[in-house]
Amino acid sequence: MTTPIVRIRDLVKEYRRGAEVVRVLDGLSLDIAAGDFVALMGPSGSGKSTLLNLIGGLDRPDSGTLEVDGLRVEQLRDGALARWRAHHVGFVFQMYNLLPVLTAERNVELPLLLKDMSRQERAARVAAALRLVGLSDRARHRPRELSGGQEQRVGIARAIVGDPTLLLCDEPTGDLDRKSGDEVLDLLQALNREQGKTVIMVTHDPHAAERAHRTVHLDKGLLREDVP
Amino acid sequence: MIGRYLPLLAASLRRKRLRTFFTLASIVVAFLLFGLAESLRYSLQSGVDVAGADRLLTMHKVSFTQLLPQSYENRIRALDGVTEVTPQTWFGAWFRDERNQIPTFPVKPEAFLRMYPEFLVPEEQRLAWLADRSGILIGRGLADLTGWKVGEAVPLRSSIWRKADGSDTWDVTVRAIYDLPQGGDTRQILMHQEYFEEARGMAKGLIGWYVVKVSDVGRADAVARQIDLQFANSPAETKTSSERAMAQSFVNQVGNIGAILRAIVTAVFFTMLLVTANTMAQSVRERTSEIGVLKTLGFTNGGLLGLVLAEAVLVTVLGGTLGLAGAWWLGVQFEPVFRQYLPGFRVPADAIVLGAVFMVGMGLVAGAVPATQAMRLRIVEALRRD
Repeated sequence: MTTPIVRIRDLVKEYRRGAEVVRVLDGLSLDIAAGDFVALMGPSGSGKSTLLNLIGGLDRPDSGTLEVDGLRVEQLRDGALARWRAHHVGFVFQMYNLLPVLTAERNVELPLLLKDMSRQERAARVAAALRLVGLSDRARHRPRELSGGQEQRVGIARAIVGDPTLLLCDEPTGDLDRKSGDEVLDLLQALNREQGKTVIMVTHDPHAAERAHRTVHLDKGLLREDVP
Repeated sequence: MIGRYLPLLAASLRRKRLRTFFTLASIVVAFLLFGLAESLRYSLQSGVDVAGADRLLTMHKVSFTQLLPQSYENRIRALDGVTEVTPQTWFGAWFRDERNQIPTFPVKPEAFLRMYPEFLVPEEQRLAWLADRSGILIGRGLADLTGWKVGEAVPLRSSIWRKADGSDTWDVTVRAIYDLPQGGDTRQILMHQEYFEEARGMAKGLIGWYVVKVSDVGRADAVARQIDLQFANSPAETKTSSERAMAQSFVNQVGNIGAILRAIVTAVFFTMLLVTANTMAQSVRERTSEIGVLKTLGFTNGGLLGLVLAEAVLVTVLGGTLGLAGAWWLGVQFEPVFRQYLPGFRVPADAIVLGAVFMVGMGLVAGAVPATQAMRLRIVEALRRD
């Protein structure tokens, strides 16, 4: 394996449900190489989405270490972690999570608002991202005026517009029909292959996982199987 | 920098248009009321501000509607500390319609102008007025309102005073126009006491009240006591106080309305604060997952706090500006109608500044709780609430 961009050691994450403590990740260790396309699979409650959230700095582990591109992410304070996310991570959600009051281009522009960029630069980057996902002609449409597949492609454009190191996708095809799902997977594959993005994708769908270079199976918070 | 977030803020307001409209409308009404109450206060207070502290008013002890003998004038003038005296009487003039009352006072012109140096009159007009017993001095505001010009003969009618021939029409000529650069009522008419005394058909030898100028403001109270003492136990006892105190006392009586209005406006503001805070809290609650998304994209807690506060401030500033602009517009429209009762009725500059402070303050307070909630939201939990 080439130098890992994600290096996870003995990661533990617990949640409280009333008096009960649920250990979602139980000392998990994993390396992911730069430029890899990894599918995280496993039954519900296996900890795959929790792992994705921890890698993306959306949540903090209870113990263990999590290094992304040489940076100990779990040690960052809230503000620094938010800024790190803005510059290094792109998220794609199952339910697209676009802001319904904004047009496609305004949604895509959101991550760029946090960067020191002129309006012209932002507009150029947004146009490029929408062109890449094939939605230049839908730039002024609001999410409710788009199909599910188109919404997800806008979501992907938003995730890549800031040129992140990591692309984290949580069930990106989970709410789409097969055809739209395939289009989204084609897009993720192209981003991985042509732009060198490291893609980590949580999925239940073996068909989607086939697109990845590597499939990691989780069960009860532990790594069960790692299929290259 | 904030400009780049404006589309996001504007879009948030468009999310529930009806709710935004009603919230905005409530804030507009609150600030409209505030603007009108402040206009009233300004109108009442402006009379006090221009009233001289070195001028005393001596009137009948029973009521200012009771008349005083003209013979008091020389006795007052003879008192130590008195530099000038002029009688004044409420003439009850009206123009075109009896409801259009014009404050008109017969005075001793030379004494009056010496006592009221703030009345600016061009020298040649001043001389022309002094020389013409049936001449009148009018304010710039009245001249603008009526279109009267210097040299114009005006049939002035009185609802109180008839001439010796039974007529209620007094033929006078506009000889001069005064300005009050420091503020005050410029809709008055001043006529010659001599002409008034000579032509009137009743109550000869009696006047309304005296305006007395003292040489030393510090001794004004002592002079006032001296005057009243002089006429104690006479058929027409007097009550003397400073012009400013008199104006303030009048304002205090009428001003209670202003105080009541202010209390109402305060209550309305407080209600608006709750309404806006509730709207913002509701709006933020509805957007929990969106706030989660923004945090995921890299918006910091502080950034989101700022965004929610900016949204609340945007609503209150927008509504407040519309409300104050409405009050200003109403002032401009209705000032000519109210001017004889409430001269200078308009939203004063200090009210605009105060209003701006209220707008921003109300937005910040109303947005504080929802903004803090948004800031504290944990991303994972926020994203789960779809």
